[in-house]
Parts: sequence; C-alpha cells; structure tokens
Amino acid sequence: MKASSNITIPNITEQLTPRSSTQFRTGFDVEKIREDFPILKQRVHGKPLVYLDNAATTQKPRVVIEAIQKYYTEENANVHRGVHFLSEKATQAYEGARSRIRRFINASKDKEIIFVRGATEGINLVVNSYGRKYIQPGDEIIISAMEHHSNIVPWQMLCEEKGAKLRIIPMNDAGELLIDEYEELLNERTKFVSVVQVSNSLGTVNPVRQIIQMAHNYGIPVLIDGAQAVQHMPVDVRDLDCDFYVFSGHKIFGPTGIGILYGKERLLEVMPPYQGGGDMILSVTFEKTIYNTLPAKFEAGTPHIEGGIGLGVAVDYVSKIGLDAIAAYEQELLKYATEALSEIEGLRIIGTAKEKASVLSFVLEGVHPHDMGTILDTEGIAIRTGHHCTQPVMQRFGIPATARASLAFYNTKEDIDALVRGIYKVKEIFGS
Amino acid sequence: MDELRELYQQVILDHNKNPRNFRKIEGANRKVEGYNPLCGDHYFIYMQLEDDVIKDLSFEGEGCAISKASASLMSSVLKGKTKAEAEMLFQRFHEVVTGRLDPTDHLEELGKLAVFAGVSEFPVRVKCATLAWHTMHAALNGRCETVSTE
Ligand SMILES: Cc1ncc(COP(=O)(O)O)c(C=O)c1O
Repeated sequence: MKASSNITIPNITEQLTPRSSTQFRTGFDVEKIREDFPILKQRVHGKPLVYLDNAATTQKPRVVIEAIQKYYTEENANVHRGVHFLSEKATQAYEGARSRIRRFINASKDKEIIFVRGATEGINLVVNSYGRKYIQPGDEIIISAMEHHSNIVPWQMLCEEKGAKLRIIPMNDAGELLIDEYEELLNERTKFVSVVQVSNSLGTVNPVRQIIQMAHNYGIPVLIDGAQAVQHMPVDVRDLDCDFYVFSGHKIFGPTGIGILYGKERLLEVMPPYQGGGDMILSVTFEKTIYNTLPAKFEAGTPHIEGGIGLGVAVDYVSKIGLDAIAAYEQELLKYATEALSEIEGLRIIGTAKEKASVLSFVLEGVHPHDMGTILDTEGIAIRTGHHCTQPVMQRFGIPATARASLAFYNTKEDIDALVRGIYKVKEIFGS
Repeated sequence: MDELRELYQQVILDHNKNPRNFRKIEGANRKVEGYNPLCGDHYFIYMQLEDDVIKDLSFEGEGCAISKASASLMSSVLKGKTKAEAEMLFQRFHEVVTGRLDPTDHLEELGKLAVFAGVSEFPVRVKCATLAWHTMHAALNGRCETVSTE
C-alpha cells in the first residue's frame, strides 16, 4: 500500500453514491461514522476496501490519529519525571487518559487501571505476579476451551513451574461453554479462573457474570479476557465483579502497543511488581528498594505515552457513539451476514452460539480458507484465515483453519454483500 | 483476475482435488513432517531413498490448494530422480515461485512445475508452495524433524 494513499483525492462519484439500504431499524448513521476513518476510503487492488478483519485489529478514527499527532507536535516529554512545562503537560494527558479509561469500564479508582502493552501482557502480568506468588503445587487453574493462546500458554508455563494443573471448561458444538461442567470443575483446589468474554474465533459471548459468581462462591479470583468484548458491548467491571480484566487498545480503535489491565485494588496491592526499573520505585539503595504505589508499581520504565493518550481518546470516541447503539447495530449486521452466508451452498458457519458478537468464522466445502483469503483479497476484501491463535478450538471442531469475517460498527450491509459475491467467485474458480 | 487464474490454474486445481501419491509408504526410510503455522498447512513426506535415487515419494496431510498441489506435483516429478537432480529442481522451483527465474526459459527442465510461476505474484503464498519442497529437502538430507515455513 502506498504511504501517500491517505491523502489521495477520493473518487468523488463513488463517495456520493448512496449506500442504498444500509439504514437499519436502529437508524445508526454508518455513513457519517465511516467519514471518521480515513483508511476506509482506500482502494485495494483497484477495489474499494472492505475491511472485515476487525477482530485482528481495528482501524483508527481521525480523532485518535490527530491526538497522537498533537502529542508529538505540542506535548512530547517524559512523564512523571520533569518539573518543566512539557513534562507536566504530557503527564496530565497521560494520566487524564487513565481516568477516561477508568470511567469507560466503570472501575472505581484510577490506580486500578494499569497500562500494559495489550491483553497478552496484562495476562502475563497477572500470571507472573499473582500466580507465582499464590499458586502452589497441586493447585488447579480453570480456563475454557475457547481461549486465545495468550490465555493458555502463560498459565501452562505457570503450571509447569509450580506443579499445578490446568482444567478446561468444555463447550458444545455451537461453541457454548458447558456451565454444568464448569460447576463440576470448581473445587477447593481451584485457585484461579481465567476466561474469555467474547471468543475471537467463534464470536461466542460467554456468561462471564455467572462464571465469576460461581468462582466467587468458592472464594476464587477471576480474570476476564475482554480483548474482543469492550469494542462490542458495554462493560462494567464493578457490575461484573471480576477481579482482573484485560483488553488491547488496538482492537478498540486505539493504537497498538497499549492495553489495559484492570485489577481490584485489594489484589493489586498484595501482588509483587512484574518488572523492575524506573517509575516503579519510591527509593532505591543497593541494599533495598521500596516499591512505588499503584499504579506505578506495575509500570516500570518510560511508558507508551502516546499510546495511552490515543487509547483515552479512542474509548471516549466509542462512548460518544454509545456501546448500546453499537451493539444494536452490530447485532443487525450479524443477523444479516449470518443469513446471507447460510444461503451459500457448502458453507458452514463455525460458532453458532445463541449469544454472539459480530464475528463469523466459516469453512467452505472443498476450499481451504487460505485460498479463499487470497481470492477475496483480490476483490479488496480483508478477512483473516487460519487458526486465529485458538488451535484448541480448531481441534475441537476437527478443522485446520477457518475463514473469519469480523465486523465493526463502520461495516455495512454492502460490505457483507461484497463478501458474499467474493465467496461465489471463490466457488467459481474452485468449481465447487 | 488474470493473476488469480494464473495462480489457480487447472493443473493446480486438479492436483488439489485429486492429489497424486497421496498415501503412506510403509517402511519408508525417510519421513519428515512439514508445518506452516500461519495457515495450518501440515504434511508428512515419505521417501524411499536407495543409492541416492528417490525410489518412491509420497505425502499425507492437509492444507491449502497451493501447498497440496505443490506436494502432489513434486512427488510425481521427483520419483526416480537422483539426489543431485532433486536438489537442482528444488532450487529451480524456489527461483520460479519467488519470481527470480522466468520459467519459459527452462520449460523442459521444469516440466509441469512451471504452473507455479503465478505464485510469484502472491508473496504470502510462497511459503505454501515451498512447504512440501522444504520438507522433501530435509528428508533427502536425512534430517528427521518438523520443518516449518514460518
Ligand atoms: C480473545 C483475545 N484475547 C487476547 C488477545 C491478545 O491480544 P494482543 O495480541 O493485543 O495482546 C486477542 C487477540 O487476538 C484475542 O482475540
């Protein structure tokens, strides 16, 4: 893609062509929203970009791009360190972002919001700090059958180190967790539960509130991986009563390299630091170091300042549109897409839970997803193909890979129509 | 569209649908696993190598059309070839799919392998086309391991 493509003059006629029937009952003004995302005007292989890979990463609205630019043009300095004007300004912007994010997930205190690199680092922080301190030989940790590798591997590493055991909540053929089986798994040896809220490969929305409650009946702390949830539905960590919650900035229209770990203050307080360095200390001598208070205790080194600021702007942007409105629109889009894809002969949707977010995994008889991905790409359609970092899910369904279309609120019915046309082209080439 | 037709030529689609030598060789003296984690292409290559001649070559496994057709055509082409000939074809094939060799100049040597020239227009698919070859190469050199094109 050419670096200059953001400033090429858009094709006017195409811009003005009304996307006829995009208006759903919800009256969501998707055309207006699309104007906020410069990249969506791009053409790919001579075709208008149809971006359906939002579960991998989302596109950025102009306000986020501009906030990062503004930071570097007007505010750049190191945070928490200087007495000078710019350092003060940068610190305010960065800490202001923390407050915005706290409000966004309705945490009670700013210091419960820890900036990390992403969901992956958030989970690793909890595993390495909480896990290594509290998990003992013979203990059990429960995860689910639909976890992303980032919520499997760190726990496996911990179990190996500690001689603890990983237990898995199974799922049914629709991709729904079996809550009765989960109940069976809970016992006095269980010391932690870590579960994904929305599956990135199946779209399933898990009943995390219930899952948390059931664990709490045994006094077990729970981490929720919200990497695919915060961009699709309102999340209130106090209402959920989760002990930890993680998500990635880049999946919620913010920058890459920044994410959030929310933790209850009571737990974060007793956890040892994850990394040592600058900012996380109060005083250092060669004999003894006194750690800083929250959240600094968990934020060693110069942070991803513009990332934090950009993420603050992103969550405000999303809040302004409203997650209820987003959820309603995406549900209509999901329904439209599910119906359209279901009509294609030989196509099977993987992940048919009753509660789903706008993620559609599917396989096409006689065609490997990777070939589908290449052919769709020549039509300007971006989907993901592969195992989506959930190999156990693929094993569960006995398939090597799926094609996945994951929708955001800037997608349209026309995007789905383009996808369907693309799939028919795949079928034509493969004669299937 | 032309590039796509070039990639998914009839020969490739045919070998994908009806792969040749798609079987185990019981008691093969070489067996290597090949895996491309990006797309999940996963094959076993079986080779019967005697006096530096590939007496038999087969494969099993699953993957995209490009990887499967490549394994299938490779197995047909290399059967009966010497180790040196196989090494040479591996190199040629690699040059073709990465666009460094114009197959029309080497049609005789390449034979049906020339149909993979279209891959060079799709750089992310080069790994698919070469997976079976890398795996075969490991088998040829007596390495018993999992070959990955990541
Ligand atoms: C459910 C889920 N959890 C965790 C992650 C990891 O996110 P990141 O790579 O941004 O750390 C992802 C990303 O794909 C995801 O979908």
